[in-house]
Amino acid sequence: MNAPIQSKRAQLKQAKLAATEERLQGLSLPQGGVWATEARQSALARLREMGLPARRDEYWKFTRPDTLIQQEAPVAEVLAHDEAPVFDGIDRLKIVFVDGVFSAAESDPLDLAGVEIERLADAAKADIHWAREIFGVLEARGQSPVERPLAAFNTGFADDGVVVRVTDRAQKPVSLIYRHESETSDAMLHHVVRLEKGADLTLLENGPAAARFNKVLEVDVADGAAFHHVRAQGRDHQRRAATHIFARLGAESVFKSFTLTVNGMLTRNECVVEFTGDDAVAHVAGACLGDGDFLHDDTVFITHDAVACESRQVFKKVLRNGATGVFQGKILVKPGAQKTDGYQKSQSLLLDDDSQFLAKPELEIYADDVACSHGSTSGAIDEEGLFYLRSRGIEEGPATDLMTLAFLAEAVEEIEDEHLAEEITARLEGWLARRRG
Amino acid sequence: MLEIKGLKVKLEEEDKEILKGVDLTVEPGSVHAIMGPNGSGKSTLSYVLSGREGYVVTEGSATLDGEDLLDLEPEERAALGLFLAFQYPVEIPGVGNMTFLRTAVNAQRKARGKEEMNATDFLKLIRAKAKELKIDAEMLKRPVNVGFSGGEKKRNEILQMAMLEPKMCILDETDSGLDVDAMKLVSDGVNALRDAGRGFLVITHYQRLLDHIIPDVVHIMADGRIVKSGGPELAQEVERDGYAGIMAEVPA
Ligand SMILES: Nc1ncnc2c1ncn2[C@@H]1O[C@H](COP(=O)(O)OP(=O)(O)OP(=O)(O)O)[C@@H](O)[C@H]1O
Ligand SMILES: [Mg+2]
Repeated sequence: MNAPIQSKRAQLKQAKLAATEERLQGLSLPQGGVWATEARQSALARLREMGLPARRDEYWKFTRPDTLIQQEAPVAEVLAHDEAPVFDGIDRLKIVFVDGVFSAAESDPLDLAGVEIERLADAAKADIHWAREIFGVLEARGQSPVERPLAAFNTGFADDGVVVRVTDRAQKPVSLIYRHESETSDAMLHHVVRLEKGADLTLLENGPAAARFNKVLEVDVADGAAFHHVRAQGRDHQRRAATHIFARLGAESVFKSFTLTVNGMLTRNECVVEFTGDDAVAHVAGACLGDGDFLHDDTVFITHDAVACESRQVFKKVLRNGATGVFQGKILVKPGAQKTDGYQKSQSLLLDDDSQFLAKPELEIYADDVACSHGSTSGAIDEEGLFYLRSRGIEEGPATDLMTLAFLAEAVEEIEDEHLAEEITARLEGWLARRRG
Repeated sequence: MLEIKGLKVKLEEEDKEILKGVDLTVEPGSVHAIMGPNGSGKSTLSYVLSGREGYVVTEGSATLDGEDLLDLEPEERAALGLFLAFQYPVEIPGVGNMTFLRTAVNAQRKARGKEEMNATDFLKLIRAKAKELKIDAEMLKRPVNVGFSGGEKKRNEILQMAMLEPKMCILDETDSGLDVDAMKLVSDGVNALRDAGRGFLVITHYQRLLDHIIPDVVHIMADGRIVKSGGPELAQEVERDGYAGIMAEVPA
């Protein structure tokens, strides 16, 4: 035999690449103008080189990627609307996607002072577009040192989403609303946001998107601009979702992203932030509530490549009835990124012994004058506190809820806007009350 | 009102008897004080009465207005009108003091079939009561007991008591850690609540508190039993001579 002797690792990689080719069979890149086609082709090339995620991959140890990559999306029941959607009380510009397709009929006109909004499908048809500087570009930057093949897959094949350029302070939030109608929908959306110098935008996202959802959001925040992002992932329990945020931050810019997740058999949220200018701030936070057959994965990577930037990660998970929470968070401080202030906190509240929290907090620091900390804890509800509340007449159920909300509060407090924070807290309260029956 | 008979309690985790037969009756309108050496079981008694986990009642009974307390959940005991001012009030990060108190007040009202108090009335009431106890409004907004000084925590207990208006109040060393002025404030708070229908059980190490809150009966607890009961003069005896003399009288 003259077959080459391969290492185990090479064999795995080859199997992965073969599986990827198989998955890509029959798929073709969406039609588009020159710039979009180039971006998609290069994403496809990246993907072919990396291969789709496999269980042995370092950052897929805790979360099985199978259902995210298999040919057919697993069926997900459409959730009956039994409560008013989140953010209903907020004045905002609504953009609706049904099973991952833009719905002009249900959306507001895409007019907002200081903001240009286009559908990706339209922007991609143009031969020249400002979005070429960002679309697939931030995603590609975010592929190293950790590969994110599902994001490259998305850049290659997503043909819907919004392309938003913010030139001023937006008068109201832009709100992306997802609706799930088909039990087998397999949706991909790719959003691009560019905030020009000093601009300011709040982006909201909510609703069940599809049976399977792959979403990428690329955000380029220029010097002095501020981007606020508040997202509530739907209560559609059977969904499988993989989302990525890639953010590039200029000097003195602000990036704040908060995610609420309740329910969901599989949700993987990756957030990749790169500081390229000095004195910028990035806060990434999440609160999640999981019950039963639930897996929620936050995978965060923050690169400090500028001086005196502050990054803060606050992730809280409440888990019960065998739910699983995953946190993989990294702070990378590059040489010269002095005066970095990096903070990371991931905590889980385990309401029973069957639930588990798997955490992989990482710090990698190549500068000497920095203050970085990380802490990851898992714990049960504080019995002393619970007794104290009950001794004042509060029943065990509501007392437990109070303690649970208190546990999550630190993450919710990362939302700057009071009304938005209240909306999120109301969701949390509703979920807890429903569980109590 | 509160009737404890032959109460024996051991720890759940280890086979250790802490209360070895406690008999005590608090009549409506009266103030009973319990004094006694460290570790004699005073706090254990108050915890067992309020329903804390970790204890096993092996013998005896405890009733409030004829209702068996020991079978009830802590919140049910509270709804019956039992209140414990903790020796060590618990810090609860993330739960606002105001939210906590409003939830508690309304939970008890609901349990008694009363209507919930609306936010405005509640706010008015708590502001007034807090002012009497010199608790500033800012403290009400903070998470329950978090970052409160020792004395502030104790005053916060009395504020809760004033808001909840319980029938039977147990104060476990509420005077410990209070400065002279705070002791006066707290005592005034307690005295303001004294009426014909309400009973108090005041656990303390110092006679000073009992100068302000004058008890009807003073009990001495030692090694899990009430070993002597008497009038206010008993507290003076303890203050003057310590427990040695009293213990010597007690048959082994
Ligand atoms: N959970 C527990 N585990 C172990 N020992 C306990 C526990 N609870 C009470 N004890 C013991 O029971 C005894 C009585 O304790 P308790 O706190 O009731 O005393 P006390 O009279 O309130 O004392 P102090 O005046 O110091 O407050 C002590 O010896 C104490 O160590
Ligand atoms: Mg004690």
